[in-house]
Amino acid sequence: MSTQTNRLAARLMVAPSVILLFIWMIVPLAMTLYFSFRLYRLLTPERTGWVGFNNYIWFLNSPDFWLAIWNTLALVGGVLIITVVLGTLIALLIDQPVKGQGVLRILVIAPFFVMPPVAASIWENLFMHPQNGLFAAIARGFGAQPILFLEQYPMPSVIGIVAWEWLPFATLILLTALQSLSSEQLEAAEMDGAGSFSRFRHIILPHLTRAITAVILIQTIFLLGIFGEIYTTTQGGPGSASTTLPYMIFKQAIVAKDIGRAAAGGIIAVILANIVAVFLMRGLGKNLDA
Amino acid sequence: MGKINLRNVAKRFGEVAVIPDINLDIEDGEFVVFVGPSGCGKSTLLRLIAGLEDVSDGVIQIDGVNATDLPPAKRGLAMVFQSYALYPHMSVRKNISFPLKMAGLDQAEIDRKVEGAAKVLNLTNYLDRRPGQLSGGQRQRVAIGRAIVREPKAFLFDEPLSNLDAALRVNMRIEISELHQSLKTTMIYVTHDQVEAMTMADKIVVLNAGRIEQVGSPLELYRSPANTFVAGFIGSPKMNLIDGAEAQKHGAATIGVRPEHIDLSTTGGLWQGTVGLSEHLGSDTFLRVTVEGVGMLTVRASGEVDVHHGDTVWLTPHAGKLHRFGADGKAIG
Amino acid sequence: MARAQSPRRRLLMTLAAWSVALLIFFPVLWMVITSFKTEASAVASPPEFLSADWTLENYAEVWARSDYPRFFWNSVVISIGSTLLGLAVAIPAAWAMAFVPAKRTKDLLMWMLSTKMMPAVAVMIPLYLVFQRTGLFDTKIGLVLALMLMNLPIIVWMLYTYFREIPGEILEAARMDGAGLWNEILHVLTPMAIPGIASTMLLNVILAWNEAFWTITLTTTKAAPLSAFIASFSAPQGLFYAKLSAASAMAIAPILILGWFSQKQLVRGLTFGAVK
Repeated sequence: MSTQTNRLAARLMVAPSVILLFIWMIVPLAMTLYFSFRLYRLLTPERTGWVGFNNYIWFLNSPDFWLAIWNTLALVGGVLIITVVLGTLIALLIDQPVKGQGVLRILVIAPFFVMPPVAASIWENLFMHPQNGLFAAIARGFGAQPILFLEQYPMPSVIGIVAWEWLPFATLILLTALQSLSSEQLEAAEMDGAGSFSRFRHIILPHLTRAITAVILIQTIFLLGIFGEIYTTTQGGPGSASTTLPYMIFKQAIVAKDIGRAAAGGIIAVILANIVAVFLMRGLGKNLDA
Repeated sequence: MGKINLRNVAKRFGEVAVIPDINLDIEDGEFVVFVGPSGCGKSTLLRLIAGLEDVSDGVIQIDGVNATDLPPAKRGLAMVFQSYALYPHMSVRKNISFPLKMAGLDQAEIDRKVEGAAKVLNLTNYLDRRPGQLSGGQRQRVAIGRAIVREPKAFLFDEPLSNLDAALRVNMRIEISELHQSLKTTMIYVTHDQVEAMTMADKIVVLNAGRIEQVGSPLELYRSPANTFVAGFIGSPKMNLIDGAEAQKHGAATIGVRPEHIDLSTTGGLWQGTVGLSEHLGSDTFLRVTVEGVGMLTVRASGEVDVHHGDTVWLTPHAGKLHRFGADGKAIG
Repeated sequence: MARAQSPRRRLLMTLAAWSVALLIFFPVLWMVITSFKTEASAVASPPEFLSADWTLENYAEVWARSDYPRFFWNSVVISIGSTLLGLAVAIPAAWAMAFVPAKRTKDLLMWMLSTKMMPAVAVMIPLYLVFQRTGLFDTKIGLVLALMLMNLPIIVWMLYTYFREIPGEILEAARMDGAGLWNEILHVLTPMAIPGIASTMLLNVILAWNEAFWTITLTTTKAAPLSAFIASFSAPQGLFYAKLSAASAMAIAPILILGWFSQKQLVRGLTFGAVK
């Protein structure tokens, strides 16, 4: 099938994509690396020079940085746990012979298609707002004080918003995997005397392992870069309470306009992403090669 | 028209030589069947002739012209695929017209040829349907129509009947044979079913692990198999092959006798045995008889036979129908 | 899972499933309801439902603002533009990888997917500066390019999986029928690939429309799409709750509708084949 001319044509056709992605990834990465070792502030562009690892040291010495790392991991971990556990339960629920399954799916999946700023806006204004939000109204109805969600519990609030956005994704993937499980397997187990919980533990859960692995891997990739929700609601605050690593770098670049520092932060983010990737691949990679 | 010669043709996939070395001549107008077990290389050989794969070594000549480096379109051959490979988004008419459109014929000419092919294959009423709306047999005919319309030097069939049910297979077999009678074009037909091979071929090429075991007419292969492989492959049920002491009595490493060439008797004969399983088809009865010192033999008895499990019977092979094979598997004498 | 269950269990399950689904969907529902209230009604405490004042004027007013239609149009241009550009680059690549596979093809595909794992903040700084210097900052074309590159791995991947599902024998039949490479692509491959291309396009328009990093960092006012607009104006000083809800509803409506059709594509496109 592959003759010589075919092979050459094929190389030419793949080339543009490869070149573009290469430029998109390698060139900026190299530039970021370069900037990270330099003094470069947009407000005082005349002051330049080589500063070695100073920018990195600034980060490592900054308490905000460690808080940001913690917040990032909390965001990823928190959302993963909520979406996988609830996603599995909801998928199991919807997979039952219930009426109107089609509409149920639409309702459950809808939040994933709401753009992050709108999702954040809904929760911030309509629910969490201390004066006009629904939660405040409910609290007042019980005679209690409204909780200042975004002020007192900024990170949990952000985690909650992002979890709401990504729950549909996990549910949909797990539901799809669930529906590919042949009912014959479950029927055989039932004939072998397995009860509901046993069937879940020994047949359904192993079958879902691959899907859960996929959900965790893919969500982690996206969750490490969550931005819009934080930008819309807390802007990383109060102070730095809800600042994640990406948001911290954004602030350094756009607000403080310190390119050198932001670049160092960017490289640190790459290192962090690679570490997470290694852990994930080692822990979960084997589940995917089926 | 339609003469194909293969000289020292070989095909390797990486280190594996799927076809080590093949020499074959196909005459104009012959119906040649490549037959053999799965993985013997028969489809690969067909695809080499078609030009869908490149040869690793050797020369393929079509009508005396070296076609080894020609792309499929330029070889003047037409292929009918096992899955028919019809274009799902085109109507039957467009499917059959496609090769003509590629050849640059004008529309009037194309329409004429398509109508002609449709009439021969009884497709006139289906010309505007899509493949998805046709039955298996109809799709087969469209695939054949697409091939006929090109007026090729030879037709290549790659296990075309495998996807059809048994009854349809018998009908299509007859149709393809009749097509060959009327067109008189060379046809190369690949199948693993030796019944198809026996009933349709002028010449059968038996392949095994990329090598030609024997080439000959159906009856030649039936009467004089060149080795134990061909002997065991052609003929249904399989020829009984016996080695050991009994074979040595006849001066061979292995002897063979076909089930239909054994006489069954309840009184006396050469070999005494016990009846095991029996299959009663009405027209024939097939018995499995275990003979002490020889093994288990399959015997065909005509009509209905009153013999049961556990009975003692005597088997005698017909004179002159005993095949002898040497230690290397090749026929002796 | 079609077992005959007791009617009571079915009812219980149905109630549970619907409760959960409505709970999850409620925020969206509440936003839509709020968008049809007057501002006074929207902030009334306790929250009004049946007793609220209903109006359509929020939608009219938001739309009449001189900038909202512009943001909407920016979203349309950027999401469709980046997807079409991505398809133009990706279709030949996916064709080559699906039909003329080389030893390195799988590795190449994995590399492309891995570029998506690069944290955006790492490449943001140079791109921000380059965009400023080259005048691409705050332009639609700049965003089209950025989003195209961001989604390219997914587009290539999805097309690759769809192309691989086209039976190779049909393309061989075309070759035997005399079709050269160009004819093969034009008359046989593309028509058979159109459903796959449409699915890929659908998912990527959705992903581009909802994108909320590059659309915020690389724009200010002129090229800002709806994501940037809503993000900047969410603490309503300019907009009030009912109008914010109306603006938000219009911003997500197209994607909610498209999303309904794209569930299968979502599973295929975003799980990279791990789930079928």
